[in-house]
Amino acid sequence: MKFLDEYRDGELVKELGRRIAAAATRDWTIMEVCGGQTHTILKTGLEGLLPGNVQLVHGPGCPVCVTPLELIDAAVEIALKPGAVFTSFGDMLRVPGSRLSLFDARARGADVRIVYSPLDAVELARRMPEREVVFFAVGFETTAPANAMAVWQAARTGVSNFSILTAHVLVPPAMEAVLASPECRVQAFLAPGHVCTVDGYEQYEAVAERYGVPVVVTGFEPVDLMEGLLAAVRQLEDGRAEVENRYARAVKREGNQEARRIVAEVFETSSRKWRGIGAIPNSGLKLRPAYARFDALKRFGARTGEVAEPEQCQAGRVLQGLLKPTACAAFGTHCTPDHPLGAPMVSSEGACAAYYLYGGRDE
Amino acid sequence: MAHGGGGRMTERLIEDVFLPAFGGAELGRRHDGAYLPQSRRRLAVTTDSFVVKPLLFPGGSIGGLAVHGTVNDLAMCGARPLYLTAGFILEEGLEIRLLRGIVDDMARAAKESGVEIITADTKVVERGKGDGVYINTSGIGECLIGETGPWRVEPGDAVIVSGDLGRHGIAILSVREGIEFTTRIESDAMALWPAVAALIDAGVEIHCLRDLTRGGLSSALNEIARARGVEINIDEASIPVSAAVRGACEFLGLDPLYVANEGRFCVIVPGGEAARTVEALKASGLAAEACVIGALREGRSRVVMKTRIGGRRIVDMLSGEQLPRIC
Repeated sequence: MKFLDEYRDGELVKELGRRIAAAATRDWTIMEVCGGQTHTILKTGLEGLLPGNVQLVHGPGCPVCVTPLELIDAAVEIALKPGAVFTSFGDMLRVPGSRLSLFDARARGADVRIVYSPLDAVELARRMPEREVVFFAVGFETTAPANAMAVWQAARTGVSNFSILTAHVLVPPAMEAVLASPECRVQAFLAPGHVCTVDGYEQYEAVAERYGVPVVVTGFEPVDLMEGLLAAVRQLEDGRAEVENRYARAVKREGNQEARRIVAEVFETSSRKWRGIGAIPNSGLKLRPAYARFDALKRFGARTGEVAEPEQCQAGRVLQGLLKPTACAAFGTHCTPDHPLGAPMVSSEGACAAYYLYGGRDE
Repeated sequence: MAHGGGGRMTERLIEDVFLPAFGGAELGRRHDGAYLPQSRRRLAVTTDSFVVKPLLFPGGSIGGLAVHGTVNDLAMCGARPLYLTAGFILEEGLEIRLLRGIVDDMARAAKESGVEIITADTKVVERGKGDGVYINTSGIGECLIGETGPWRVEPGDAVIVSGDLGRHGIAILSVREGIEFTTRIESDAMALWPAVAALIDAGVEIHCLRDLTRGGLSSALNEIARARGVEINIDEASIPVSAAVRGACEFLGLDPLYVANEGRFCVIVPGGEAARTVEALKASGLAAEACVIGALREGRSRVVMKTRIGGRRIVDMLSGEQLPRIC
């Protein structure tokens, strides 16, 4: 496949591994922020091609994982209301709430549907004017433009039976939260390429400068990841802390202006609670007042009170790179993809699921 | 449609739709059951139910699937498929034209597979209580070789697949989700017996046959590894997946190792028989892309894959259905 195979070239990956080994003279700990990158790393066995002194830790970039329990409960509550059609990306359905998951709600008769795009949900609302169609707007900067577009289109074309349950989060504040932790071991970041495709990488310059950490914008294929790691190691060895773009085929410094414009039209930043981590200032998106009528929480009057996490679940520490999934006592015993305690064991971007599925548990 | 009460309407359904299509001598006798001639060989029996949605998809229909699914299970026992029974659960309001198409497809598949439909049953359920048509088929076949199964595999054996993976699952998904790809991906649904017969004719020593239906290659290999307590090593670079299916999987966030097939199987043979097995499969004209993808060795009950870039990872069973990811 063009544009993919060349970035999965085994020989090139091995060569980059050798270059990283030659460049790294000391121990370095590098965090890949995005869960998609975590999965590539484990799915391709890429860690096994790195020298022992370059350690990877996995970051909070799994939108499903950081969606607070209260919002999942609210989603379930809304889905169970008569007349509601609750739509979501598939990932979200298996995540356990405090009582039920959306799958459980579906088994109890709720109309829960998987969609591939929020625009499909708007279309569904148009076709079923007698029903209330809700879309679970989960994701980082990557999914925000499409979700903003859905709301904007619904507003413009008068689709009043459509609303969204907003759970949007932003990457740079989360990186700062990781760095601010007294236990933080992260010395450099691979910044998520897809997020930067939309939002550019200007925002990371302040992070790099303030905390003195290299930030390398990195893609998702094995060759991309190796190139990102090589650039990060070289910066660390040179004592530099810059933002470097190693995903230039997709990312520009200013990002995608049109996408940013539609997001800014519909959403504004807000403080947000991250599941397992806590509240992070300016780390989320909420609907602007002009679009507040599309807010599903308000429309359905759903509860969002604080709920307790299962005590055994260490998801917060895993998401901040403080704990390897395999070091969690519940991993693979009380917590498996079939009976998950926390979201990282469920999501296709969750670190625990990646270790469980691809064999991190055996090493 | 309002058939199924057992009266004249059911009679008409049988006369107009089922008998003309299936038309075998045994079914034509219209008795409560079928009589079978005595067999000198050991028999194999299997049953399967089909609830696929949509009923028609690129490259087939639920009718063909209901035949192939069952005769393929017989083939995986090393048995030549002989007879099929068919049970239909029809939803009230189903278009007769659609049913006729499905039944014709079923008759065609049965003819191609060399099986006779010897007895059948029809029930109609209220509208809203079914997805158009559910079909159950049971099959009887005669074993041309001794028992094969996971208990016979040994360390040192080779794993061979009969062709490229993932077509059926992607074909179904593309219709169900209304996603069109530039290259139309057709289901791989087909009868596997002729390919298995070619192996038997060639005198290959078969340890285990497994079709790669629900759960795909990964489930089949994990089941074998667990049942026998061996490690199965596979090589990602050697697993055939067409460019179109790879592209669709990339796009949808699916892994072709877990996608269902309806016309593909894996065969496990002693290492020394591998080359001959591939040759016989290819010569059958039904498995042009057959190839060795891995081998068994002593170890823990698991499947380990050498990845395209030379890393290693576990290939686990799927938990529930594969869900499309967020980004």
